[in-house]
Amino acid sequence: MKILTGNDLRSGAVTWWNGTGWSLFVDDAVDVGDEAKEILAREEAARRVNVPYVIEATIDAGGHVRPAHIKDRVRALGPTVRRDLAVPTAAKTGWDWVI
Amino acid sequence: MVDARVEEFRDQARRRLEGKLTEDQFKPLRLMNGLYLQLHAYMLRVAIPYGTLNAHQMEALADIAEKYDRGYGHFTTRQNIQYNWIKLEDAADILADLSKVEMHAIQTSGNCIRNISADHFAGAAADEVVDPRPYAELMRQWSSFHPEFTYLPRKFKIAVIGSETDRAAMRLHDIGIRIVKRDGEVGAQFFAGGGMGRTPMIAPMIRDFVPLDQLIIYAEACLRVYNRYGRRDNKYKARIKILVHELGAAEYTRQVEDEFAHMLSVGIEPPREELARIAAHFAPPAFVDGPKTLDRSDPDFALWVDRNTHRHQHDAYVSAVISLKPAGGIPGDATADQMRLMARLAKQYSFDELRVMHTQNVLLPHVRIADLHAVWSALDEAGLGSPNMDTIEDIIACPGLDYCSLANARSIPLAQRISERFAASGRTAELGELKLKISGCINACGHHHAGHIGILGVDKKGTENFQLSLGGSEAEDVSLAKITGPGFDEDGVVAAVEKVTDVYLGAREDGERFLDTYRRIGMEPFKEALYGR
Repeated sequence: MKILTGNDLRSGAVTWWNGTGWSLFVDDAVDVGDEAKEILAREEAARRVNVPYVIEATIDAGGHVRPAHIKDRVRALGPTVRRDLAVPTAAKTGWDWVI
Repeated sequence: MVDARVEEFRDQARRRLEGKLTEDQFKPLRLMNGLYLQLHAYMLRVAIPYGTLNAHQMEALADIAEKYDRGYGHFTTRQNIQYNWIKLEDAADILADLSKVEMHAIQTSGNCIRNISADHFAGAAADEVVDPRPYAELMRQWSSFHPEFTYLPRKFKIAVIGSETDRAAMRLHDIGIRIVKRDGEVGAQFFAGGGMGRTPMIAPMIRDFVPLDQLIIYAEACLRVYNRYGRRDNKYKARIKILVHELGAAEYTRQVEDEFAHMLSVGIEPPREELARIAAHFAPPAFVDGPKTLDRSDPDFALWVDRNTHRHQHDAYVSAVISLKPAGGIPGDATADQMRLMARLAKQYSFDELRVMHTQNVLLPHVRIADLHAVWSALDEAGLGSPNMDTIEDIIACPGLDYCSLANARSIPLAQRISERFAASGRTAELGELKLKISGCINACGHHHAGHIGILGVDKKGTENFQLSLGGSEAEDVSLAKITGPGFDEDGVVAAVEKVTDVYLGAREDGERFLDTYRRIGMEPFKEALYGR
C-alpha cells in the first residue's frame, strides 16, 4: 500500500494522512492508491502538512501499518533510545516493530 | 546585530506560517539560523564559539531545553549544542533568548564558514605553547556575516590549536591552524583540505609560518581560491579537500600565495591593537597557590582523578572533564538540571568558565586541586562522574537514525551496548586509551574515520549494517582508519569490537595503546579474528 507522511508545519511533528486529515499515529494511515500526488499538492498548498512524501507500507501480522523503510518506522514511534518520548501508541506497537 | 537578525527571522517564520513563503523559499532562511527539519521535529543547532561558555550562558541553554524542548540538549562533535524537539512558532523566541546571553545559531548550517572550533584545553593545558582562543575569536569575528563567503561551494570548518598535541582534530578540518612560536615570534601554521565525510582527507601543511599581522589575509586568500575554483557543479566534490586533492597541495598553495601577495596590498588585516583588545578578554584568571596533592583514599574518586583530570599550567589546578557518557547512556546528552549543575560548579570552582569538548563532554578548565573532591562528589551524585575519558566507554556517536534525517543506521544504541558491555566486564581499565567513534552515515559526524576503532552505519537493503574500521586518529599522530572487511549486524558489530580488543590485549607490548599495537602488527591479525582468514 502507499501511504502519505510529512511534518506538521508549526510543531514539526511527524504526521500521517488518514483520509481526511493528518494524524500523529501511523496506524491511522490509509492507502492512497494513485491519489498521492493530488493529495500532497492540495495539503501542502493549504499548509496542513510540510514536506510530505509518499512511501510504501504494509499491514503487518499485528494489524499495524508498517512503513517499508526503517527510517519511517523510527519516525512513526520516536527515537528508539528515548522511549519515554515516543508517541503514545508506541507501547501498543512495540519497539521490535521498528527493527 | 544579532537582535536585528532575530527580528528578521521572526518575520520570515511568520511569513512561512501565513503561507507567504513556500518551504523551498523558507528552507535556506531557516538553515541560516540553525533550524533544521529532522526526523521527529525541527532541530536547532546553537553555536558555542570554540566551545567556550560561561555559567550564565549554560543556564540559558538549560532554560531553553526546559521551556521549548523536552528537558535536554545534545552536545556535538563541533562543540555546539542541538535541541531536537523545537517548534517553528517558538524558534524566534529561542533565538531572542539566546541573544540575551550573547549567543546565536547563525552560521551553524549552510555553505558558509561554520562555528570556529578550538582545543578545549585552551588557556589551561600545561603543554600549550600559545592560547589559541584570541585567534579563534579574531577569525570568528572575521568570518561572521562575511559577505564574500556566505555562499561558498560547500560548508567550511576551521579549527585552531596552540600546542603540539592536537585535541581538536585540526588536520581533519577544511582549514586547520596551529598557533606556534618561532624565534620568539607568534605566528600560524596553516593546513588546508582536510575533512571526514565520504572522502576523508588529512590536510597537508601549506604554510609553516604566517605572521600574526597577516593571519586574516592568509585565511582570506585560502577561502578566495576555494570560493573561485571549488566544485559547485557537484555537491559531493564541493568541499575544499577535493580541490586541494585535485589541484595538488603545491598548486593550491601557489594560488593561495599569489592571492595572498595581491591581498597584502589591500590592507584588510585588522590592526594589531584589535587582536590585543581581544586577547585581553582571554587573560588568565587570578590563580592562587594551593595544595598540589590530594587525599586518594576514596578509590572511586582516585580513579576519576586519574582518568578525568588533565594537567594544568598552574600546578595547584587541573582541568576536570565532566563525562556525558555514563555506561549505557546517550553520548553528549545532558538534561537541563545537569546543565544547571555544570553551570553552578563552573561559577563556584572554575572561574565561571566551561568548555564543550569535541568528544561530546564538558570541561571545567580551571579547578583547584583542593576543590576536586567537592566537584567530583557533586558530579557523581548527578550521574556526571563517570571516570572514562579517552577510554572505550568515552564513545563519540552522532545522533544517527534515532534523530537525523540523513542517517542510515542508529549510532546511539550501539554506543549504549558497547559502553554497557565494557563497563560490566571491567575491561575498560585494562584497555587503556581506546577511542571508539560511531557515525550513522557517510557524513561522518561521529568521526568514525578518526577512531582507533570506527563504526559506520550503512543501509543494506533496508536493514542496518555496520562497517568496522581500525587505526584512525584525530590527534597529532593523525591517520585515517581502514575498513576491516564485510560489515556486521548490530549484534555482530558489538561482538566484533570485543574480538578486536581481545587481539589487542593478546598482542600488545609494554606501554602500547590500542592504536600503537594496530600500527605495529597491522590489520591481518584483526581480520583473522573477525573473519577467520
